[in-house]
Parts: sequence; structure tokens; C-alpha cells
Amino acid sequence: MTTAAAAQRLPVDAGGPGATGAWGMILLIVTEASLFVYLLFSYFYLGSMARGSWPPSGPPELRLALPNTIILLVSSTTMWWADAGIRAGRQGRLRLGLLVTLALGVVFLAIQLAEYRGKQFTPHTNAYGSLFYTITGFHMAHVAVGLIMILVISVRGGLGHFSERRHLAVTNVTWYWHFVDVVWLAVFTSLYLSPRFL
Amino acid sequence: MATTAPAVPAPSLHEKLLRIWETPPGLFGVLATVDHKKIGKRYLATAFLFLLLGGLEAAVMRAQLARPDQHLLTPEAYNQLFSMHGITMIFLYASPILSGFSNYIWPLILGSRDMAFPRLNAFSYWVFLVSGIFLYSSFLIGQAPDRGWFAYAPMTGSTYSPGLNMDFYALGLILLTISTTVGAINFITTLFRLRAPGMSVNRLPIFVWGTLTTSFSMLFALPALTVACVMLYFDRRFGMHFFDASTGGHPMLWQHLFWIFGHPWVYIIVLPAMGLMSDLIPTFCRRPLVGYTYVALATVATGILGFGVWVHHMFSTGLPAMSTDFFSAASMVISIPSAVAVFAWLATIWHGRPVMRTPFLFAAGFIVLFVIGGVSGVVTAAVPFDWQVTDTYFIVAHLHYVLVGINVFPVIAGFYFWLPKMTGRLLDERLGRWNFWTMFIGFNLGFFPMHIAGLLGMPRRVYTYPAGLGWDTVNLISTIGSYLFAIGVLLFLINVFWSLRRGRVAGPNPWDGPTLEWAVSSPPPAYNFALLPTVGSRHPLWEERLNEPGSRSRITEGPALVEGRETLGVSPLDAQANEVLTMPEDSLYPFFLALSLLVTFYGLLTGAWALAIVGGVLVLVMTVGWLWPSAPVEEASP
Amino acid sequence: MLGFHGVAGSREAVLGWVLLVVAMIVTLVVSLLVLAGAWRGRTSELLPPQRTGGGLRWIVIGGIIVPTVILAAVFVLTMVTQAAVAAPSAPPTVTVQITGHQWWWEVHYLDRSPSRIAVTANEIHIPVGQPVRFELVTGDVIHSFWIPELGGKTDLIPGQRNVMWLEADSAGVYRGQCGEYCGTQHAKMAMSVIAEPAGKFNQWLVLQRQPAAAPPDPDVAAGERVFASSACALCHTVRGTLAGGRLGPDLTHLAGRRTIAAGMLPNTRGNLAGWIANPQALKPGSLMPVVPLRATELLAVVAFLQSLE
Ligand code: HEA
Ligand code: HEA
Ligand code: HEC
Ligand code: CUA
Ligand SMILES: [Cu+2]
Repeated sequence: MTTAAAAQRLPVDAGGPGATGAWGMILLIVTEASLFVYLLFSYFYLGSMARGSWPPSGPPELRLALPNTIILLVSSTTMWWADAGIRAGRQGRLRLGLLVTLALGVVFLAIQLAEYRGKQFTPHTNAYGSLFYTITGFHMAHVAVGLIMILVISVRGGLGHFSERRHLAVTNVTWYWHFVDVVWLAVFTSLYLSPRFL
Repeated sequence: MATTAPAVPAPSLHEKLLRIWETPPGLFGVLATVDHKKIGKRYLATAFLFLLLGGLEAAVMRAQLARPDQHLLTPEAYNQLFSMHGITMIFLYASPILSGFSNYIWPLILGSRDMAFPRLNAFSYWVFLVSGIFLYSSFLIGQAPDRGWFAYAPMTGSTYSPGLNMDFYALGLILLTISTTVGAINFITTLFRLRAPGMSVNRLPIFVWGTLTTSFSMLFALPALTVACVMLYFDRRFGMHFFDASTGGHPMLWQHLFWIFGHPWVYIIVLPAMGLMSDLIPTFCRRPLVGYTYVALATVATGILGFGVWVHHMFSTGLPAMSTDFFSAASMVISIPSAVAVFAWLATIWHGRPVMRTPFLFAAGFIVLFVIGGVSGVVTAAVPFDWQVTDTYFIVAHLHYVLVGINVFPVIAGFYFWLPKMTGRLLDERLGRWNFWTMFIGFNLGFFPMHIAGLLGMPRRVYTYPAGLGWDTVNLISTIGSYLFAIGVLLFLINVFWSLRRGRVAGPNPWDGPTLEWAVSSPPPAYNFALLPTVGSRHPLWEERLNEPGSRSRITEGPALVEGRETLGVSPLDAQANEVLTMPEDSLYPFFLALSLLVTFYGLLTGAWALAIVGGVLVLVMTVGWLWPSAPVEEASP
Repeated sequence: MLGFHGVAGSREAVLGWVLLVVAMIVTLVVSLLVLAGAWRGRTSELLPPQRTGGGLRWIVIGGIIVPTVILAAVFVLTMVTQAAVAAPSAPPTVTVQITGHQWWWEVHYLDRSPSRIAVTANEIHIPVGQPVRFELVTGDVIHSFWIPELGGKTDLIPGQRNVMWLEADSAGVYRGQCGEYCGTQHAKMAMSVIAEPAGKFNQWLVLQRQPAAAPPDPDVAAGERVFASSACALCHTVRGTLAGGRLGPDLTHLAGRRTIAAGMLPNTRGNLAGWIANPQALKPGSLMPVVPLRATELLAVVAFLQSLE
């Protein structure tokens, strides 16, 4: 595969799982993931250092958080559905899937803000407050970024930028969205569930 | 020079490729270029400027410390100087200078035409520049960071540090991590996708192994710093309580986060340099490196183990013996890979026929300094002894022997080695020797006495010291040595500027080196390789003469890829060519995106939220604009 | 290296010397190998590359086996030393609480009955030949308690109370200095430990518990009035007078101290006057402000302080 002739026969920008673009996104996810690892490390570290009860105000309630978690999980499947759609060249599925995901994401953010409003403590109350709002806030920021990405590729999808051969952007955004979802599961387990069991 | 004839392309092909790859002259070209060679040179120049700045700061500090009870500097001034000295050297010099070499050399040594993400590459440089400007602008309002480079809480909180000093620190470092992170992603992707066909992982130069390990470490280590700095900024700006013991926070959280980042970082800023030495020493010993596999593995091992020793910076914080002992042991274990590397170099020298050119002199000096710095590290890894020497000048000595020994010396060696490739002209040998001996003698004269000062009980980070404690003489010697060292650096600068005009013409391969970068003309054309080479061994340009069994590399034949900016994509491990990659055109987006970030961060710094939001919106616009496909998409795909 | 007079300190010194000798040997060996190797095969021209076999033995022996052995030995010695200095030979009789402040040391001799707690600053008296327990806390940022000749550092960290012990094996005055960068005047945050025979120490401790003696003569009394009526009293305590400030060092027995301003100046009349007249000139950034006093007042205050045996 080295003579000029052979090289001409190579596909141009083959895309696919090994594409450079995919490498970029996966590595971004790797470093972002370690960012959340350190945030959660901080949470557990201060928890272990805490005199008195942890969390000071008792475990955060699940009334809103649990449904919200399910919403995000669903949005992950719709995203997957959209991606699978374009892989099969189904423009319609792509657009529909993206729009639904977009909607679910927005709902997630809305509910999250609603939950904030109901909280008894603020970031200034104590270190736990600072941790809670910073960690969930970081995650919400990632959701927001993900939504912007989805918005952009929805527009591009509308302009017919994608096809079954050509959908790297969609695949990357899908990866990112799944990542945001998984991170939420980690955050949810640490902040909401672990105090109930530890 | 006896070597495989450099691939001199047919004029017609040359013209054609230049038209495709060369950036237009003029302001647009300057701001928009994505040529890894231009970007690499910018990295090198900028980082070296920061070495000079950090050095000047140090020079002033040494003047103040030359005699006891001096008053050249107020305590405030001294504290800002030593903090900015450390920050500058660690963050703005040591790491970027290596990124500079890697940026310039990688595509050449890997036999490709550019980095995987050329625009990201430009972006990473601009953000580096911008963060340096951001940090240094703090001097303009006399509020430079003044809490040391590891800035322990709670002294960095708004209570004990009301000025903007530490906001510059927190935000400046966050900005820098953006640059470093995208850089790391770029290097990793480049390695796994943009090598010459046939360059399987067991044929990579050790320099590449070094930068690769470093890049991975960055992805895992930098977020710890980001998180710590974000928390610091939130504590200061929004009255949060992460490091405030009175409300459930804890100052030790900062120490853990910082050193979880900090220790891997100190290997990050030396592994590529050690790799460079592992390639340079064989070239001047006229034989392949002894124990390539061992050294490659040692490099990776050091990178990994580097994540398991951070607590050795915290032995005196009252942690239980259980944990200090563990990290003490780990710190000793991590010496083994270094030992492997050292003895691989020694064996290469003993079993080779060394040529005393300047690069080799610096390499030899580097080995000695590395060992001195290394063993002083092992010594401080012994917990009870560390209780004595921690935060004394003994540590200052250790950190300079390793940093200057394993970073600055290899970097200067690297310049003598590769600058001819970049400029086409050799540096002067005689001046080179002078350069080496002034730096080597000056350095040891300046920094060895610091061990003694430390053992005599002199704490670090003191703006002055009383007479009569036996510290006077050693400090005077240190100062004299430091200035000698500075003169050495000056000689290097002189040599560089002299060579640009009068230096002997280098030709493609002045050192008869074995790797691909020596196969192209010096300086290389914008497109690097006219015909993309195929690699058959670790030493493409030495094969015939080593004449060992196994396949042969092809330097003078291969695909030309002249439909626009194109290069070959390969499979990650065994490097089978599997696609043709179209590379992006020059673009202004990276530059303006970096500027938008600067605007945002000044907004965050001063609490001018309107400004921050404007910046944020700009960032968004620039990013979308950048990622929006330029060419109509249908055409781009076959 | 320093002469060592502490039980812990000397153990650490032994370890230190062994380590340093090993380090020097290693350095010497490697440096010689570099020189010899470079000299041996040196050529002036770049000869054609060739691979002469062998060399791996270097890595296996020099790079793996030898260092592993040395490091293992070093580590064992480290552990032994650490175990030795971990706990004192006998349970300490005296417990001293050190509170770090920017940039001076507050010293409390703890006692079950609060009335018997003695308070002083910057100078710590301990009995010779007895282990003394130190409890380390901080009033502001991180500092590090360090008397080189007696033992290693232990940090004073907000939110935790670190404990260590020291034992001086011979009488003397041992200089100490803050070991963790703590801001503007970290450089001048020194202290001293005065190790003296048990009897002498106990006398001293008893004296420290007493309030200040009543003014012997009128100008001292005048000084006391100035001190109590001016800003001084807002920050300094002189037990037995109206002055009960807590921001600065307790001055009840100031005259008994060798130095002032955290080991910076000998405690002489001139230095006292100079310090009080303008602490910022002597220790820029110190948290003691310039308190405007008329010359007569200043002299009176100095006389008063000097009366505080
Ligand atoms: C260039 C970066 C660099 C490198 C490579 C190292 C390498 C090492 N460092 Fe260093 N270190 C720093 C940069 C670096 N360090 C900095 C900047 C600080 C100060 C931070 C601050 O406080 O400001 C620091 C501080 C520091 C401390 C904390 C001191 C303190 O603050 O109390 C310790 C303690 O264990 C330590 C240990 C080590 C060890 C064991 C190694 C080992 O990796 C060394 C291994 C190498 C060798 C041992 C030499 C080669 C081996 C042989 C020749 C074989 C024979 C040797 C033996 C048998 C011993 N270092
Ligand atoms: C790569 C890293 C690096 C490098 C190269 C250096 C280089 C030097 N360092 Fe630095 N140093 C650190 C990293 C480094 N340092 C770190 C991390 C700290 C800890 C900071 C902290 O405690 O927070 C430190 C701390 C530190 C201290 C302790 C301060 C204190 O604790 O109070 C001292 C004191 O002597 C010192 C001195 C020097 C000197 C004299 C040099 C010399 O090598 C410099 C030589 C001079 C130059 C290289 C410049 C040459 C200038 C010219 C040639 C003139 C021409 C100039 C122009 C044309 C602009 N350094
Ligand atoms: C706002 C607080 C404040 C006021 C007011 C103040 N001091 Fe101080 N004083 C301090 C502090 C803090 C120190 C420790 C300074 C240092 O060593 O860095 C100190 C140190 C001293 C010392 C040295 C004590 C020692 O053991 O080293 C003396 C003596 C002293 N003050 C006397 C006075 C007198 C007399 C006045 C009034 C004229 C005064 N101070 C007013 C805060 C104050
Ligand atoms: Cu207290 Cu340094
Ligand atoms: Cu370390």
C-alpha cells in the first residue's frame, strides 16, 4: 500500500470509528471524564473529613432528581436512534431524533433549575453547598454544550450535510451526549444515592 | 555526507505542492497559518522568551539573596518575583518549549505532512501566548501572583490575599490548561493516525514515546489543576468554601488536587526531553540506542508511576505513617525506570564511538545533572529526612538539578541538534563549547551550594536571612554561579543569532542522523515530503550501513497526493496506510477564538460580567464558524 | 550539617548522612562512567553507524538489579528510623500548644486546670532529657513548626491539630523558623527553644503563670497607664493589668524573653523603643501597626515593658 498508484486507491476521508475526528472526540471525553473524577474525589474527600453529618442537610431528595435521571437516559436512546438513522441514510429519523433529544435535554435543564430553587442551602452556606452546586453546575454546563452541539447538527442535518457515508459530526455528538449521560449517572449515584447507603 | 539521498522532488512536483501547502505571506498568513513548522518555531521562540523572563526574575532574586539582610526588594516584591519565576518556568517555559520541538519535529520524524488537527495546533499556540500575556499583565497593576507556584490554601483565599494576584493565577492557569489539553489530544491523534506507513509502534523514536506518554499524562493530570483552580476562583469570587476549614472545607483538598496534578507534571516536562536525549546520544555515538525496548517501556512506566507518588510533597502535613510510607516506597520504585534509561545511555556511549560535538556535550552534562537531581530526590523520598529538608534550599537544589538538568540542558542540546534543520545553518562549534562549559560550571556553582544551605537549615521562599547562621557564603557563591549560568544562556543566544547570518550551511543531514526528519532539505519545504515515505525499520537512514535483516524503508518513492492538502492516514498500531486525509486550509478562527477567550477571562478576572458574556458569545460564534464545513460537503466525499 | 542535639533530630541526621553518602557514591560512579565512556571511544569524525552487540547487561545490572538492592536497603533504613522517631521513649510530662500567627508564635503550656495554663510567645522553654509533647494549631494560614537541631517539621494546618514531640539531650538555645511559606514576613517568623534543667524549667513555668508584678515605681506606672489607654491594649495582654487584647503576643513576662518580634531583634531597650516606634520599618507588613506615641509616652511604655520580668 505504498506506491502512488496504490495510494490513489485508498478512500479519501473514510470516516468511520477510526477517523481522526473520532479520536479527537474520544480523547476529549477521556480528559473531561477525569475532570469529573476529580470533582467527585473532592466531594468524597471533604465528606470523609467532615465533622458531624454528611451531607450536613441530609441526603438531597429524589422527587425531581429521579425522574430527571430517567429523562436524560431516554434522551440518550433517542440520540442513539437518530445516529443509527443517518447511518441507514434515513434523514427523517435523524431530524426527528435530534429534535426529541434537544427537547428532552431542555426539559432536564429546566427541572434541574427547578430543583435548585427548592434547595434549603446555597453555594455559600457551607462546603457541601459549594460542592453540590459546582458539581451539578459543571454537569449542567456540559448538558448545555451538548445541546448547542445538537442544535448545530440539527441545522446541518436540515441542510442535508449528512448521509449514510458521511455522518462523523453526528456520531461525535452522539458520543458526547452519551458521555454527558454517563457522567450524570456518576454524579447522581455519588451525590444523591451514596449518602443513603454510606 | 554519506546518507540516503534526500528526497529531492522534480521541480514541477515541488511547484505544485508549494502552491497547495504554502501559506500566503502578509498579515493574513501570519495569523492564519496552520503549518506545524511555523507553529513549532513560534512555540520555541515564545517559550524561550519566557525562560529569559523567568531567568531575569531569578537574577534579581539572587541579587537580593547574595548577602544577608539586604533591602533591594520589599518582601512583597520578592514574593511576587519567586512566585512568577516558578510559574513562568514550570508552565510557560518547560512544557511549551517541548511542545515546540514536538510540533516542529513530529510530522517530519513520523513522515507525514502536518499534525492531525492543524487548526487545533494553531489554536493551542495562540491560547498559550494569550495565557502568558494574561499572567504577565498582572505586573502592570503590581498584583502578580505571590503565593508560590503551588499556592497553598488558605493563604490564597480572599481573606489573606485580597488583591487580584491569585485571580490572575487561577484564571491564567485554567486558560493555559485549555491550550495544553488540546495540544495533547492533537499529539496522540497524530501519532495513531498520521505516521508513515510501516512505522509500527516498535519503530517509533524514543522522543516520540516521550511526547506520547506526556500527552496521555496531561489528559489525566491537568483536570486536577483545572478543578483546583476553578474551586479557588469560586472561593475567592463567589464566597464558596472549598478550602475553608471553618465551614466544612479543608486546605488539604487543595494540596491533594494540586500534587495529583503536580507530580505527574514534573515528569510531563522531562519525558520528551529524556526521549530527545535517547535519540540524540545514539546519533553522536554512531550506533543504535542500547535497549530500545527497555527505554521505551521505562518512559511509559515513569508516566504511569508518576500518578502514584504525589503525597511525597506532603510528608510534613501530619498524614498517618501508613500513607507516607506507601508514597515513600513508590517514590523509590519510580527511580528504577530512570535508572534503566541512565544505564541505556551509558551503554550506548560505551559501546559506541562518541563524537564530541556540542549537542553531545550537553547530553553528557545532562546525564550527570540528572543523576545528581535524581538521587537528591530519592533522598528526600525518605520520610524522616524529608521532615528536615522539606521547604528548605535542599529542595530548591533538587528541583533545579532535575528541571534545569533534564529540561534546560536537553533543550539547549536540542537546539544545537535541530536548529540547523529549522534554519538550514549550523551553530558555531567553538562558541558551542564555551556555551556548554559556562552553563555547566555556572549551574553547578550556582545550585550545588543550595544543597548545603538547605542542610544548614535555610528555608526556601525567604526574601532575606539574618547574618551569622552560616548561610552567607553559600548564598554568595550561588549568586555568582547563577550569573555565570545566565552568561552561558546569553552565549547561546549570541550563537543562535550569529548562525542565522554566518552559520555554515547545514545540508539535509549534518549529523548523519538515522530518522526521517533528516531526509528532507533544511529547512524543509512547506509540504515536508514530496513523496510520502514508507518505513521499514527504526533507522530509515542507517539501514544500508547497519545492513541488518528485515524490510527496507522507501524515502525516494511513494504517493505524492497532489489533489489539495492531503496526507496518508494509517492504522493505529501497525501503521498500514488505510486512507487519504484531506487537511484543512489556513484559517483565522483559531486566532480569534483565542482572543475571545482572553476577553472572557479578563471579564471573569475583574468581575465585569458583561464583558465575560460578550467574550463567551464570541467564543461560541468562533467555534461554530470554525467547525462549520467550508467546502460544500457533497464534493468533499468521493 | 548541623550539630544535632535532639533525640529525633540525631536519628534523622544519621539517616540523612547515610542517604547522602549513597547518593554521592552513585553520582560519582555514573559521572565517571560518562567521562570514561566518552573518552574511550571518542572520534573526531562522524563514522558510519554500526551496531556492536551487547550492552543489555548494563541495563539489567546497573539499571535494575543494583538500584533495586540499594533502594530496598535505603527504604528499610527509612522505615526503621521513622519507627524510632514515631513515639517518645517515655510518655511526655509537659504539653505545649503552639499557635501559628502571621508572623509570630503563640505558646500555651497546657494544664488540666485552666488557671495553671501559662501563655507566652516566640520562646519555648523545655526541660532537658524529657520528651515534650507539642500540639500544633494555627490562627490563620499554614505554618510549619521546625527546630532543625531537635527534629523535623510538622505543619500547622487550619482544621486539624497535628501532634509531635521533641526531646533535647543537652541544655542550650535552639533556633527554629517557620518552615512553610506563610506570606509577607515568612522570612522573619523565627522562634527559639530553650532547653534547661528540670528545676530551672519549673521555676520559669511557675513565673509564667503569675500575672505581672505591680509597678515598682511611678514612671513604670505611667507606662502601664499609657499602654492600657492606647491602642496597645487592644491587641496585647498583660495579665494583671487592664490590657487584654488577643491579636498580638502576650507581653506579661516580655522582659524575660531574649528577643522580640519573633526572634528578629535582641530584647534591648533600644530595640524595644525602635520596634514600638515603627514596627513597619523593622518588619514591613507585620500585623502590628505604627501607634503614634509622644516621646515621653514611648519611653514610659518601654520602661513598663522592661519591668515585666
Ligand atoms: C523535572 C522534574 C522532576 C523530576 C524528574 C523529579 C524526580 C524525582 N523527585 Fe522531585 N521534585 C520536582 C521535580 C522533579 N522531581 C520539583 C519541581 C519539586 C519541588 C516542588 C516544590 O516544592 O516546589 C520536587 C520535589 C520532590 C520531593 C518533595 C520534597 C519536599 O518538598 O519535601 C520529593 C520527595 O520525595 C521528590 C522526589 C523525587 C524522586 C524520587 C524523583 C525520581 O524520579 C528520581 C529518579 C532518578 C534517579 C534516582 C537518578 C537515576 C538513577 C540512577 C543513576 C540509579 C541509581 C540510583 C539510586 C540507587 C538511588 N521530588
Ligand atoms: C525549568 C524551571 C526552572 C529554571 C530553568 C530555573 C532557573 C533558575 N532559578 Fe528557579 N525555580 C523554579 C524553576 C526553575 N528555575 C521553581 C519551580 C521554583 C520554585 C518556586 C516556588 O517556590 O514557588 C524556583 C525557585 C527558585 C529559587 C528559590 C526562591 C525561594 O524559594 O525564595 C531560586 C533562588 O535562587 C531560583 C533561582 C533560579 C536561578 C538563578 C535560575 C537560573 O537558571 C536562571 C538563569 C537565567 C536565565 C536563564 C536568563 C538569562 C538572562 C539573560 C541571558 C539576560 C538577557 C535577557 C533578555 C535579553 C531578556 N529559583
Ligand atoms: C493591631 C494590633 C496591635 C497593636 C495595636 C499593637 N501591637 Fe504590638 N504586636 C502585634 C503583633 C501582631 C505583634 C507580632 C508582630 C510580629 O512579630 O510579626 C506584636 C508584637 C509586639 C511586641 C513584640 C512581642 C514579642 O514577644 O516578640 C511588642 C513588645 C509589642 N508588640 C508592643 C506593643 C506596644 C507597646 C503597642 C502600643 C504602642 C503595640 N504593641 C500595639 C499587634 C499589635
Ligand atoms: Cu509562618 Cu512561614
Ligand atoms: Cu514529586
